Amino acid sequence: MPLFSARVLVSLRPSVLDPAGEATRAAAARLGVDGVSKLRIGKAVEVELEAPDAQAARAQLELLSDRLLANPVIENWTLEFKDDSSAGA
Amino acid sequence: MMSLGVVVFPGSNCDRDVQWAAEGCLGIKTRFLWHEERDLSGLDAVVIPGGFSYGDYLRCGAIARFAPVLQEVAAFAERGGRVLGICNGFQVLTEMGLLPGALTRNQKLHFICEPTHLRVEPGQCSWLQGYSSGEVVNFPIAHGEGRYQADPELLKQLENSGQVVLRYCSNPNGSVADVAGLTNSQGNVLGLMPHPERACDPATGGVDGRRLLASLIG
Repeated sequence: MPLFSARVLVSLRPSVLDPAGEATRAAAARLGVDGVSKLRIGKAVEVELEAPDAQAARAQLELLSDRLLANPVIENWTLEFKDDSSAGA
Repeated sequence: MMSLGVVVFPGSNCDRDVQWAAEGCLGIKTRFLWHEERDLSGLDAVVIPGGFSYGDYLRCGAIARFAPVLQEVAAFAERGGRVLGICNGFQVLTEMGLLPGALTRNQKLHFICEPTHLRVEPGQCSWLQGYSSGEVVNFPIAHGEGRYQADPELLKQLENSGQVVLRYCSNPNGSVADVAGLTNSQGNVLGLMPHPERACDPATGGVDGRRLLASLIG
């Protein structure tokens, strides 16, 4: 079966406070990097998945993202397929 | 004879505290339920205790949600069985969808471990029948991710249906609307960040938590 590579980016919804991002933003100023007006921390999840075709791969990855990798109550997610594994069905 | 199940995940660390509070202090028979257990027969209630289930990888409670024992606990709750989620157990209940909303990183990032005063709000929660509405109790908290999050629409709905049954008197973590504990619409499931089981034995402080577990024996 073909192997598909993808990256799932999980970010906190804009309405949800990100205290870790705020603490990191404060550290940026201490480093001397001024003018950072926004810094929010999310997760990047690299996934390789075997599936019969691109459409099936996308369906499985969407399920994975929505039901496990992200909690839709507080997080958004986006799915990117890598390079030649073009599951852009 | 009342019988209480206590779920044990790899990484749970308050399972024995719950057992001591229920069995040692109150004489309620307890049975540990390993995360792979599927048999809940003979149990009158189930506690999902505090700790760091499966290391709390990904998000608190996110992996625990798929544990075999919790498939049975979900069905048990659906049938009206009484389920109590304490701390990590509350996080697990939200990840399972038995309670709405989510628990997120404390506003000031610190892990907070201290006694807290909570106000018991009017509502229909069977676990809180031993308390009077408006009563203030003292339970310890011990969490890094206890900031309750719900969008304004959901919050309004929860307030209207009387599901916010415990509130912090002095909000320690930034929870919306000072939410410390929530019940489901049927009132048989309760999730709370504070630890009532750590307020049951006079040897370790107050005993305000006793009535919560004692609600099982009427």
